[in-house]
Amino acid sequence: MAKSGSHLVLPGLGRHVGAISGGYQKAIHMTLGSRFWRAAVFGRERGRSRAENVGRGIAFMCAALAVLVTIAIIAFITIKGLSTFTVNDVSIKEFLLGRQWMPDRPAEQGGPLVGSFPMLAGSIYVSLFAVAVGAPLGIIVAVFMTEIAPVWGQRILQPAIELLAGIPSVVYGYIGLSTLVPFIRNHFGGHGFSLLAGFLVLSVMILPTIISVSSDSLRVLPRQWKEASVSLGATRWHTIFYVLLPAARAGILTGVVLGLARAFGEALAVQMVIGNTRQVPHSILDPICTLTSAITLDMGYTVMGTMWNNTLWSMGLLLLTVSFLFIVIIKVVVKRMAPQ
Amino acid sequence: MNSRVTDNLATVMLWAGALLVLLLLGLLMGHILIKGIGVIDFHFLVTPPSSLKAGGGIGPQIFNSFYMLFWAMLLTVPVGLLAGIYLAEYATQGPITNLIRLCIETLSSLPSIVVGLFGLLVFVNMTGWGYSLMSGALALAVVNLPLMVRVSEEAIRSVSAELSEASLALGSTHWQTIWKVIVPSALPGLITGGIIAAGRVFGEAAALLYTSGMDSPILDFTDLRPWSHLSPLNPFRPAETLAVHIWKVNSESLIPDVARISSGSAAVLVLVVLMFNITARWLASYVHRRMTAS
Repeated sequence: MAKSGSHLVLPGLGRHVGAISGGYQKAIHMTLGSRFWRAAVFGRERGRSRAENVGRGIAFMCAALAVLVTIAIIAFITIKGLSTFTVNDVSIKEFLLGRQWMPDRPAEQGGPLVGSFPMLAGSIYVSLFAVAVGAPLGIIVAVFMTEIAPVWGQRILQPAIELLAGIPSVVYGYIGLSTLVPFIRNHFGGHGFSLLAGFLVLSVMILPTIISVSSDSLRVLPRQWKEASVSLGATRWHTIFYVLLPAARAGILTGVVLGLARAFGEALAVQMVIGNTRQVPHSILDPICTLTSAITLDMGYTVMGTMWNNTLWSMGLLLLTVSFLFIVIIKVVVKRMAPQ
Repeated sequence: MNSRVTDNLATVMLWAGALLVLLLLGLLMGHILIKGIGVIDFHFLVTPPSSLKAGGGIGPQIFNSFYMLFWAMLLTVPVGLLAGIYLAEYATQGPITNLIRLCIETLSSLPSIVVGLFGLLVFVNMTGWGYSLMSGALALAVVNLPLMVRVSEEAIRSVSAELSEASLALGSTHWQTIWKVIVPSALPGLITGGIIAAGRVFGEAAALLYTSGMDSPILDFTDLRPWSHLSPLNPFRPAETLAVHIWKVNSESLIPDVARISSGSAAVLVLVVLMFNITARWLASYVHRRMTAS
């Protein structure tokens, strides 16, 4: 190797290259260098780097497929869901707030009415009540698993929660139908098919989500915070309540919102126990109808393109919109809450 | 009330909460299994359901559930694994990675009935297949994809950096390192996560009502030509799964023994999920033992 100017050149080429001005010299050097040296020494490397690029490309395409699917779902449901308002000329206000559900009323009696407020109210009631019952219990279990009995709590409760999450939703629905509904009918009155049955079933179904997300966020807290609190003389409960829970509040809230989202979107388990009467409930013993149960019940019996069918797609769009809302809540509010 | 009393009360409350959840699970499992096990016999597991009389079985539904699971996993496992590899190994911080993560998060929180509606539009109507096993498998793949991506990303991230650094230092490329070092070390996590995900897919029903349909046509289990319309292997036929069957007999069936069929089917579903969970744990520890030679 010989130095020529500031450029490194190949032995034997130095005299020729040295006569040429800097820029050209560099260009020639790079061409010769890459063509001869790299081909000779790193020949196989070129082959490998092609495999590397192809592999990376395929992996990227698979990740991009998730984006594609999401966009396709949003696009198709939105286009189909808007047809109630664009084709059938129903106003958004009438759809969201109307209380009259008569999608097959003939034109001479004033035409169909597709007020979906009872279903929207049903979905909101059933999921909020479910979270009101499920969230405290879930957080208690998460604290128990991480603070009270980390070893055997983990060993027993972790598989138990996985199993609870693995029980299919129709099985929850069937158990609710065969045990909870008759129990409510015999002990509280009414038909048994009720808001109460719906949210009790849901509150159990959302437990695994709340427990696993909250316990994860409790587990990653620095040990020193707990130690500092205990060394200041705080009891275990004070440490949990005033130090650990506030510190993990972002994660716990994420778990609760995810549970709420799951409750809001659950279809079959709810549909089997709530009675599916399209009215705004006045008591927790009243039968209700949710957005999901209305879609489940009517989608098979209505013809694509009719107004009744279009409203079902609008309900689907509403579900999609609400689940976005939950993600936004998680992203914005929770991020603001996270400890700095 | 002094703080020691409060502390004791709180401890009692925490124990009570944990025991309540265990009790709930015990009651649920006990109820399902005690009521269901008596129903399950060979006849119940292999005969087709009857439409009017009592005494039907759930044979085709069990087959459909497993066969659809097979197709759904065939579609999701490679895509989920590669997407997980991309996110764990290649993705850099930036808008594209954020978009991918946001979309996976969105997908995982979508209600499955919405995925079912999407499937009805795209996999049933646009493809022209009608209600079919393949449409159902595609809908399940959409439901399962975010979970699979998360499982594989987590499994790959949990492989120690020293292992892959050692591989890179020996001169192998990133891609070789991924396939020869990282993925094999991540295998126990991948297997556990994948099988548990399969258990979730097995019990899914809301996404299938309007994609694979609520009927199972007459099948001839001796006909193994996948293109024949009588063959159980034909993926382009309506295929009611076990979970959908439970829903259907409870909501619109005319048979007199609804309770018997539902208890038996629920028990079969739960037993399969249980089996998946136990297999996942056992297989993961077995693979771990084989690979670490400990």
